[in-house]
Amino acid sequence: MRSVPLLRSAAVLLFGALVLTGCGDSDDSKDDKTQGTPAASGAGTGSGPDAKAFPVTVDSGGAKVTIPAAPKKIVSLAPTATEMLYAIGAGGQVTAVDDQSNFPANAPKTKLSGFKPNVEAISNYTPDLVVTTDDADGVVAALNKLRIPVVLTPAAKTFDDSYAQLNTLGAATGHSREAGEVATKMRADIAAVVAATPKPAKPLTYFHELDNTLFTSTSKTFIGQVYAQFGLKNIADEADKSGSGYPQLSAEALVQADPDLIFLADAKGGGQSAETVAKRPGWDRLKAVRGGGVVALDDDIASRWGPRVVELVRAVADAVTKAGAAKS
Amino acid sequence: MRDLLPTRRRPALPPLLCAGGLLVGAVVLGLIVGAADLPVRGVCLALLDELPFVHLDHGLTPVQYAVLMDLRLPRVLAAVTVGGLLALAGAGYQGVFRNPLADPYLLGAASGAGLGATLVIVYAHGDSVGGVPVVPLASFVGAMGGVLLAYAIGATSNRSGGTANLVLAGVAVAQFLAAAQTYVQSANTDELRRIYSWLFGRLSGIGWADLRMVLPYALLSTVVLVLHGRLLDVMSVGDEEAAGLGVRAGRVRLVVLLAASLATASAVAISGLIGFVGIVVPHLVRRFVGGSYRRVLPMSLLCGATFLVLTDVLARTLTAPGELPIGVVTAFVGAPFFVLVLRGTRKVDV
Repeated sequence: MRSVPLLRSAAVLLFGALVLTGCGDSDDSKDDKTQGTPAASGAGTGSGPDAKAFPVTVDSGGAKVTIPAAPKKIVSLAPTATEMLYAIGAGGQVTAVDDQSNFPANAPKTKLSGFKPNVEAISNYTPDLVVTTDDADGVVAALNKLRIPVVLTPAAKTFDDSYAQLNTLGAATGHSREAGEVATKMRADIAAVVAATPKPAKPLTYFHELDNTLFTSTSKTFIGQVYAQFGLKNIADEADKSGSGYPQLSAEALVQADPDLIFLADAKGGGQSAETVAKRPGWDRLKAVRGGGVVALDDDIASRWGPRVVELVRAVADAVTKAGAAKS
Repeated sequence: MRDLLPTRRRPALPPLLCAGGLLVGAVVLGLIVGAADLPVRGVCLALLDELPFVHLDHGLTPVQYAVLMDLRLPRVLAAVTVGGLLALAGAGYQGVFRNPLADPYLLGAASGAGLGATLVIVYAHGDSVGGVPVVPLASFVGAMGGVLLAYAIGATSNRSGGTANLVLAGVAVAQFLAAAQTYVQSANTDELRRIYSWLFGRLSGIGWADLRMVLPYALLSTVVLVLHGRLLDVMSVGDEEAAGLGVRAGRVRLVVLLAASLATASAVAISGLIGFVGIVVPHLVRRFVGGSYRRVLPMSLLCGATFLVLTDVLARTLTAPGELPIGVVTAFVGAPFFVLVLRGTRKVDV
């Protein structure tokens, strides 16, 4: 028998890391129905980097990193970072991305892992900049020993974090102007979608499912703020005794709360759907299950905080519009 | 033959009745408390209403009724089943190996189940195949597979019938399967949360389908184990003496091992890995009823069930409406309690 406490701490760490890496296990390339989000122009060579902007010092997860010259060989170890780099026009400078970076489809996906980073394997690509969201296994210090600058863009807690990271990556890659434009457009798109969504007469409640053991995220997380924009109330906020933002809700509490909307962030990876959740014990009585309020989200979009958040906001807006109409 | 047995005779019935009463009390408590606040009177009436020929108006709303019947009742019954099976299997293993530290996972049941569950979580799509929940099924098959593999290796490498080789084979198999599981995990990091959630053991989300799946195996292994108590008692005087009394030790060992492993596999299929119960409850029981397996086995069944129902009540209520992993609570609450009992009672050897 292995010791449970050890397992537990390991799992808590893993859990954090999972949220960071975003769950990308799909091998099918998605159709790019992005309706003009900057991410869609992910072919991404764009204009070349602005060489005059270097050397530059940028923020790296609270620390400062100096990049001497415009990077020509960027390695990204995280799907969100990859999406951001391509969105701001730095895709042409990216030489390798990690095994979870499945968007845009033309990003040079490799076997590199951001979760268990292998420094030697990374150094094989002779990068002049590495971007990652998680300092797993001391990868930042190890790469610094090899004189490779690392920009850390940790999981965003707010939309503003997201915009700031875009600007950081813009400065680090010589695409400050494009990054500013992408952030501004994201902000405007999200505001427009929220403004166009009718506010339900009574506030709707929701549950955001991370996996079928009812792990969920609360209002204080990034994804929670996406829902909060529409005035939705999270039924799991009280369950977060440890304040992690990612509690596990008891099945009884969920059935009793009977939320108006249930969002599945485990549709692709966990194989969950409106049909499978309807078969769970006690779930066949839920309003959301009976009234079509179970919404399957794209796992990747729901676990990343890059430019495609706009699509997530649209998906939530559609669900809120439908549920609001049904309720009034 | 009786006077060969190592314990004084004590009346067996009062402790069994006492343990049974405690279990009933624990089950009622488990049905009354939980994250959803159901009216106590309504719960009692609704449960009585389920009895044949009884018709009562319980006054619960449909949602409350669903919480009670589809969530709480299967969960409490799962705690009864898993706790009882693990404690019973632990007692069986301790009897076969004559070792107080033997637990139900000794021969690779845990790592076999872990590998099975991990493979299915990573590679199977969806929760069930043809109505059978896949993770429980894979855990069950993996647990039995691990034990049988260990037995095949241990038994063929030694004809003298001792258990030392079997333990070593079990260690080897367990390590090998655990390594395989770690390898699969490391290649599929995005499923780690689901895998870990299973590894901690959980009683949440258990429905009638899971219970129905393991019920026949649970019943079979329980009956076989309880009936073998007397033979284990005879064997405790030594294999040769037992042979003189007409008991074939090797065969009894095999039957008890298989039955205990079947019980372990059934428990693991329902709940994942829950430690502590299988190793500690039999010791607690020995403190109160002595070392005779005729009593230790049925008492372990009842006390293990009670223990897990009560710890699950804590797991469900301490951080409600959140959940604590049951494995954490069993050891956290169980260990201090165990120490208290150790200090307060006289020593009884396995």
